[in-house]
Parts: sequence; C-alpha cells; structure tokens
Amino acid sequence: MHYIVCVKQVPNTTEIKIDPKTNTLVREGVESILNPFDAYAVEEAVRLKEKYGGTVTAISMGPNQCETTLRETVSLGVDNIILLSDRRFAGADTLATSLTLAAAIRKIGDYTLILTGQQAIDGDTGQVGPGIAAHLKIPQTCYVRKIESFSENSAVVERLLEDGYDRISMQLPAVISVVKEINVPRLPSLRGKKNAKTAVLTVWNCDDLGLNEKETGLNGSPTQVMSIFSPHHEKQVEKFEGNSDEAVELIIEHLSKLTHR
Amino acid sequence: MIEVLIDKCVGCGACLLACAYDAIKIEDKIAVINPDKCILCGACVSTCPFEAILLRKAKSEAIDKREYNGVWVFAEQRDGVIAPVVFELLGKGRELADELSAELSAVLLGHQIESLSSELIAFGADQVIIVDDPALKHFRDEFYAKAFTELALKYKPSVTLAGATVIGRSFIPRVSINLHTGLTADCTGLSIDPDTGDLLQTRPAFGGNIMATIRTANHRPQMATVRHKVMNPIPRDDSRNGIVIQEQVNFDLDEERTVWLGFEKEKTNLINITEANIIVSGGRGLKESKNFALIEELANALGGAVGASRAAVDSEWIAYSHQVGQTGKTVKPLIYIAVGISGAIQHLAGMSSSDYIIAINKDPDAPIFKVADLGIVGDLFEIVPKLTKRIKEQRV
Repeated sequence: MHYIVCVKQVPNTTEIKIDPKTNTLVREGVESILNPFDAYAVEEAVRLKEKYGGTVTAISMGPNQCETTLRETVSLGVDNIILLSDRRFAGADTLATSLTLAAAIRKIGDYTLILTGQQAIDGDTGQVGPGIAAHLKIPQTCYVRKIESFSENSAVVERLLEDGYDRISMQLPAVISVVKEINVPRLPSLRGKKNAKTAVLTVWNCDDLGLNEKETGLNGSPTQVMSIFSPHHEKQVEKFEGNSDEAVELIIEHLSKLTHR
Repeated sequence: MIEVLIDKCVGCGACLLACAYDAIKIEDKIAVINPDKCILCGACVSTCPFEAILLRKAKSEAIDKREYNGVWVFAEQRDGVIAPVVFELLGKGRELADELSAELSAVLLGHQIESLSSELIAFGADQVIIVDDPALKHFRDEFYAKAFTELALKYKPSVTLAGATVIGRSFIPRVSINLHTGLTADCTGLSIDPDTGDLLQTRPAFGGNIMATIRTANHRPQMATVRHKVMNPIPRDDSRNGIVIQEQVNFDLDEERTVWLGFEKEKTNLINITEANIIVSGGRGLKESKNFALIEELANALGGAVGASRAAVDSEWIAYSHQVGQTGKTVKPLIYIAVGISGAIQHLAGMSSSDYIIAINKDPDAPIFKVADLGIVGDLFEIVPKLTKRIKEQRV
C-alpha cells in the first residue's frame, strides 16, 4: 500500500491583520505553517499505514522554503518527501496546481490512496483534491469524515454533508479530501523529529515531470487576479457602555422592534 | 514572470504591505522580489501606485468566445428537493443573463426529477436541461462530473454557476478540469465587465482578510461556485414560461467505481444555522465549555439557532457544523447575536451580511463592533442570563 498526501505551506491567516490606515496586509511576524487541514490528511495516512502497512509519501508544490513543512510531516510519521519546486510552477491556480501534482503522482506510479485536506486556509478553494482525481481519471470523495473500511482495492468512506453523511464505497486508487472531524493529529515524536532532520528530500522540477512550461504555473492558469482589496466593514453602530440591566432593556427594546416588523 | 520596472519604482513600499508571503524587500529605494518566496499571486501588482510591477503571462491559444453563450445554474437536488442556494443562483444568473442578452438555463441531474423543472422556471430559468438517469439517482462525483461535462461540451455555455455546497464543491472542480477552464470558489460578487463582457468574480481569500477579483479571460466556460445566503432569489412567478430539454449521457463508467451505500441524517434537535432567522453565537469570551450553555439557553428562548466562532469549535465546546465564518458556514439571519466573539475577519466573513447584528463583548475596541448595529460593551456573564430570563418572561 502506498499512501500519498498532498500538503501545502501557507501563511498563518489567523495572524494576518489589516493595517486600518493603509488597508494593506500586515505581514510582519506571520509564520509559514503546514496547512492545518492537511495535518488531518497526514495523520489519516499515517494511521492507515499503522493499521494496514505500507508507506506514506508527502508531496508539496511551492518554493524551496516548503522543505521545512515537508520535514515537519516526517516528524508526524511520513516516510518519503517530495518537493515540486521550479520558478515555472509559480503563480499556479487550481488547474495548474492539480496538473503538476497529478504529474508527480504519475511519476511515482504506484499508489493506493491520495489524501488532501478539505482546503487550504490561504486560498480556501478545496479544488485541488478533485482536480488531481480528474487529471488521473480515478474516483474521488471529498469532505471525508471517516474511513470505515479499507483494503487494497476498495474503501468505504463517510462523506460529511450539510445535514448528515453519505456512505460511499470506492474502487482504489482514489482521491479523498478529509475534514477535521476525521481524527486528532498527533504531536511530533522524538524519533520523528530525528527522522525529520535526516530524511532525504527529493526535488523535482518541470522537466523532471515531463511538463511543458506553457501548462504550468501562471502560464497554465486560466484564472487571473485582476485586483485585490480589503473588505470594508464600516457601519453606524449604536454603542452602549453602561450597567447590565440597562443593556438588557436596550437589547429587549431592539429585539421586539425587529421581531414585530 | 514578475518584474520590477526600475525606472518607475520609487521604493515607496506599498507592495511590501500587500505581499502575504514576505517576498519583497526595498533595497536602494527599489523593490526587490525574492523568487524563492514569491508565488506570483499578483497582490503587489494591483497595489503599486506607480504601475512599476509587471506580471507577464505567456499568451495562451485564444478561443472564440462568441461560440460560448448563455448562463447556466447547476440545479442541485437531493431526493427531489432543490437545494435553497439554487434559487439564489437563479436570481443572480437571471441578472447576468439579462445583461449579456443571453438565456438562463438550469441544469438538473438526477432520477425521476422532471417535476422540479416548473419550479426552476418560476424562479427565473428560460430553459431546463435535464439528464434523468438511474446512474444519477444519488450524488456520485464521477457520474455527475461526466454528465455536466458532456452537456457543457455540447451547449457551450459562457458562464456556469453552482452552489458552494458539499456536492458543488466536490464535482464542479472535476468538471472544470475536464473542460480545461478556470473555476473560482466561493464568490461573493459576480458582475459583467462592461469592456470585455467577461465575468468578474469577487471572492474572499486568506481567511477573509482580503478580497480578490478574478477573471477567466481566455477560457470558457467561466465557472464559479457561490455560497448559500450570498445572492438573492427573484420572486417566484408561476406564470413564467420556459422550455424543458431532455438529454441523455453515455456514462461509459464502471458502476462499481463509486457505489452510494446510504445516507445518515445528523441526529440533532438543534436548528440548522444556515436556515435560521435568529442566531446566537458564542466565542472565546465564554472561557470554558460549560458556559456555552448560556448561548444555548438564549437561543432556545428566542427560538433561534446556535452558532459559534472558530475558537469555540477548536476548543471543542460545540460541533463544527455550528461554526460560522470563512472555514465554517455563511449565514444571513434577520438577527445575529455575537456573544464573547472578538470578530476576527475569518468570522466576519461568514456573518457580516446578517440583517441586524447585536454584539456583546467586554472589549470596547473589539472588531466585532465595526460590523454590529447594536454594540453592548459589558460582561456577558451578567448580561446574557438576565437577557434570557427577560425574554422568557415576555413569552409567558
């Protein structure tokens, strides 16, 4: 069994703030982290390995500094790490990203299950997982909250829906994207941290993947960012700072007006 | 490739602030971009007041855009019930189609679902394209993707809209790959560029910290997903006329590739937050798990639903299905009461379009007060129990 996890290094968006004067991002002191949703995919792959045997490979597409994120996955139980790094990959939208990751997975050749997080916290699209499945022409299930059963040829998974969950049986190989309900990721072990330092990083570029630079990165991306701006949330607020009894009466007054409209 | 035009750059540093990847430095009054960090997102390009940064893209083969016409809405249904977001998409789709002088089509996939077409027409569709096939009885990614792809290849729509639901966000990306075109997720604004006729797609990114307007210039169709409760439906009009087209698709897929085994409904007596008129949400200010009961009691008294910030969900005070925000649900109730929620942008992205917002927070500078209509600065542990009690008294 070979489990492949696709991970992304992202800026920690919970720490990003907007400068109210210039309306621009305050980037200072914001660290780069393993996309939190991908941590669940890594954990699930490692659990599958522990239960059914096999190896786990983590792949990431991004600049050289993504090496730290890939090494972090080793500390969590991943065996092999591959970085897809090339200036020709930069500026990729989800079409070019999934094409590049799919090319790397094809080059790896032998795989049972591909796992991704439900989405990355910088782009929030969730489109790369199903994109990889489309390029590889294999089955997919997104928003997986549980793997009920697993064998070399098939898996039964639960897909989280708005009002419950579907149970789906899939032929393998396939792609799943996972939600955070699926597990509680472990902390890095001491041995894992040691392994992370010594793990061999494989780096592939555009030529290694046999891709044409017209189909990767910015060139291979149909979507273009036209403009970027800060959301404006300015409203006339009626602010009250007084004792709690008066506050309660004020709320009641507004609520009754609103509910009797 | 990205390039700084040395004769135009004055080293003002505006780009520095726009970069979320810390990839720009000012050296000798010129912006220098670090190629190891830059991801070519283009944020600096649109920010530069001097047009000194150029992002160049190799020209892709031009398609003939005139071959692509019409606006499509994916009419998501489960067990014969149309997803509520579909009516909102029809409202927006109607507006876009009118602006383009084009037709609005609803694409309906499923089994024994033809009766739904009159409802789609009443809410704005000019035509309904149906694939009625036992293979589509339950949602299966590959089968749905195949059907939608085949229809798009045949009819060549210019714009396709789908709900950013679990189903939409699962298979629509697959369709966009099959059609080799662009897809923009979770759009909050859609309009037509008067110059090019292209669809301008505005969406939040970086957890709602910034908004980006995106265009699919040289590929068709222009595909977008839109969250529930962002767009508005037009009033139902049963006298509207429309045509219904039946289509067939040769799936050519092994039935065993994906098998739907069943659906289990979530067992909860709590009201679904995306459909609620009143939501009471709790955040970090509640301090510990047991205090979340204050939120539930207030919601109960008001007959409303319970929401939560990411902090409350991450602390496991309440299930993820109650999370409001960029990585949770988008809500638009008549009344939203935020209790002990500071108002991180990621939360505001999911609730700021609520009709009336009441915020209770002890920090007078909390960002939640920027979106609130009524802001109460005070101790939630004093205010909320009293408020619940007063509402219960009024009921009696």
